[in-house]
Amino acid sequence: MSEPEGRGAAPGQTRERGTSDAAAGHGLPRRQAGSRASAAAISWIREAALLPVLVVLLVVGAILNDHFLTVSNLTGIGQQTAALGVVVVGESLILLIGGMDLSLESTYGLAPMLAAWLIVPVASFGSGTMLNPYLGILLLLAVGAVVGVVNGLLIVKGRLNGFIVTLGMTILLAGIQNGIVKGQSPFNWPPAFGWLGSAEWGAVPVSFVVAAAIFLITGLFLRYHRFGRAIYAVGGNLPAARAAGIKVDRVRIWVYVAGSVLAALGGLMEAGRVSSVASTQGYGEGLIFSVFAAAVIGGVSLRGGRGNMVGAASGVILLGLVQNLLDLENAPNYWIDAIDGAVILFALILARVIGGEASAE
Amino acid sequence: MTDTAVPAVEAAGIHKRFGSTYALRGVDLSLLPGHCLGLVGRNGAGKSTLVSILSGILTQDAGQVLFDGQPAPSDTAGWRGRIATVFQHSMVVPSLTVAENVFLGSQPGKAGLVDWREMRARTRSVMAEWGFDVNASAPCSSLTVEQRQIVEIVRALAAGTRCLLLDEPTAALERGAVQRLFERIRQLRQSGVAILYISHHLEEVFEICTETAVLRDGELVLSAPLAGLSKDDLVTAMVGQVHHPERTHQSPHPSPVSPAVATRAAAAAPGAALTVSDIALDSPGTSLNGVSLTVRPGERLGITGLRGSGATTLARIVAGAVAQDSGTVRLGDRALRPGNRADALRSGVGYIPEDRQADGFVPLLGVAENITMAIVDRLARFGLVSPRRREARAAPLARRLSLVSAGLGQPVGELSGGNQQKVTVARALARDPKLIVAITPTRGVDVASKELLLGELDRAATAAGASLLLATDELDDLAICDRVIVLVRGEIFTEFTDPPFDRERLIAATEGMGAAA
Repeated sequence: MSEPEGRGAAPGQTRERGTSDAAAGHGLPRRQAGSRASAAAISWIREAALLPVLVVLLVVGAILNDHFLTVSNLTGIGQQTAALGVVVVGESLILLIGGMDLSLESTYGLAPMLAAWLIVPVASFGSGTMLNPYLGILLLLAVGAVVGVVNGLLIVKGRLNGFIVTLGMTILLAGIQNGIVKGQSPFNWPPAFGWLGSAEWGAVPVSFVVAAAIFLITGLFLRYHRFGRAIYAVGGNLPAARAAGIKVDRVRIWVYVAGSVLAALGGLMEAGRVSSVASTQGYGEGLIFSVFAAAVIGGVSLRGGRGNMVGAASGVILLGLVQNLLDLENAPNYWIDAIDGAVILFALILARVIGGEASAE
Repeated sequence: MTDTAVPAVEAAGIHKRFGSTYALRGVDLSLLPGHCLGLVGRNGAGKSTLVSILSGILTQDAGQVLFDGQPAPSDTAGWRGRIATVFQHSMVVPSLTVAENVFLGSQPGKAGLVDWREMRARTRSVMAEWGFDVNASAPCSSLTVEQRQIVEIVRALAAGTRCLLLDEPTAALERGAVQRLFERIRQLRQSGVAILYISHHLEEVFEICTETAVLRDGELVLSAPLAGLSKDDLVTAMVGQVHHPERTHQSPHPSPVSPAVATRAAAAAPGAALTVSDIALDSPGTSLNGVSLTVRPGERLGITGLRGSGATTLARIVAGAVAQDSGTVRLGDRALRPGNRADALRSGVGYIPEDRQADGFVPLLGVAENITMAIVDRLARFGLVSPRRREARAAPLARRLSLVSAGLGQPVGELSGGNQQKVTVARALARDPKLIVAITPTRGVDVASKELLLGELDRAATAAGASLLLATDELDDLAICDRVIVLVRGEIFTEFTDPPFDRERLIAATEGMGAAA
């Protein structure tokens, strides 16, 4: 019909109209190219808000302690924080969709505990099943997936409050973790099960490389995959995402599953690093507080929709550096928690100052 | 209309029921390409339900939705390609860029990977093709309301949709932006886009629509080309028999102002009820540069201006909801503490806030509790408030405003928008105020309720000897005022003292044109 003609005739006049509109003062600044570049620069600065802090910490650490800036110390930090980092990736994904998951810390404990219990002999506090360690690792990941599915279904389909669901779940899982071994710590497993957390490639711990790869891949996935973008849309404005045809429920459930599987993997790293699974691993050590602190310091919003992996990684590194410095300087044992807490508050304030209004909320 | 043309969208015999209430009863509607249909009706007439069904968010109990003569697709994605809705509530994701919001859920790319370059390029080309100008890389959180609306329209166009549903698109726009929107709607229409336009403002419908459909109590009571219809015809159709015929024949700028007003204002005591001196405020979006004014006892003063002119901000300063940088607000001879709402309340300033959802009431609490919220100190005995005392105080107010609820205990969140607004008005009246500050009290309220609300404000002011400060951009509301002050860019531009006020001159003055006599 006449539609193409009408359309064809329109642009000439309308482009002019658009220009005059902008000139009338409602539009964005005319210097679009310039503003785009500066907008990109600002967003990059926001993402890297913690970088200067990390640099300062490195300098301070080097001055305080000769041992601080050595390869062995830095790789040690890498190994110690790898497990935390992997859980932070999981929690960040869940925070991005506007959810929260307290039970990641218990999945981090229960999944390796169940696997180790089935793998090691009775003498080292196992069940005596003597499960193949590779099957054990598969089982560990499956435990993560099951916990994630249950959380996701209860929260998304059951419309239960995520805070309470995962609070109940974290206590339940931690209880199971403690119950199956009656408070003992299984150890002495085949090398395959502990490899991820303890092996090194040259001077570099495998767990560090794997954690770094997980950050990188997740970051790229969030940036360039449609599912990753859907995560931001769901967390940023759920009705809008739904109206845009995004399968909102499916996205949210999958993210809970991914988060729990990552937590289980982090637990495997930690078990390998310390060569046993303590009944307190995760819940008993209050891991979730460090996880939230790292994510929020790194600029992942508790309100959903905002944050990225560069930020989350710098949050993890910051906590790791501080912990390491306290260890090196022989900070008085009874005061470590107080110092830790003060550092978290300080980092939050700093992130707010550097990152502006929207950060650290 | 030719017989051969196929409607872009067609609703046939739509029925929808919520529990025992019928929201829609056999609604038939059709819209041809290149036409703009104005859908009007009072609050609760079924507009929102129909919008939700046409947008594919709700499913009808009976009847059918057709696009281009084909039954509507069953999946959300397919539906979205046929009709796009710009909702009252913004459907953009603020943390994402313009380009990404345009292609939300349908980003270009292969194997699930998003091609950012392509996405930005396609956004720019759609913007250019339709004459829009919004930076594709800007985050949506940095956009104005108008620009966000453009993003939503461009989203629809980019998806190939040739049928747009605009739900109260002008509610949050200032006048200049409204004109630009109308320009865009005309242009879209000429290109063969079908537009369903939902609005409370009949003059908007007359300005840009080609035909109209009127819903009343879930039924379609009128569907006709607009040519040959008058505003009165529409109001009659919307309101039905309840509406008094003499009211529909009022002039387009009704003014209840009678000679009595002038005499009352003149007879008022010489001492000012409200004295505002040299108010200055510098804040992002709005600034005020030394505004002074007085309101006499019993006087009804209107303040108006474009968004950002400072009209609403000034009213909020008087109510104590915002603190000024400098200057004083005096009620009688008492200076109010800046930005202290509790102080203003105790001194006798009743306040009807602009955003009733956010500031006007507590949705989970009952009608009576909300109405008496500001007078709890007077109701309480030793800190305890008996529900009976509360209801005894709330009931007469609710009756006076003809507030419809299932009882004074019903949570306000369950009421219709118009009744919610009545609750906030009742709350402002509850404390026998000396001055009532009202900011756009009729926003989102249907025509008949508007008259009632304004009439009640007017009566309350008269009965209690209270003054009224009405800040609004709805020029029709100003008809109840004795005097109107127009603000432009934070300063008093001009003053109108002789009601009835001329609409054209008011509009001109808000734009900063033409000094009033």
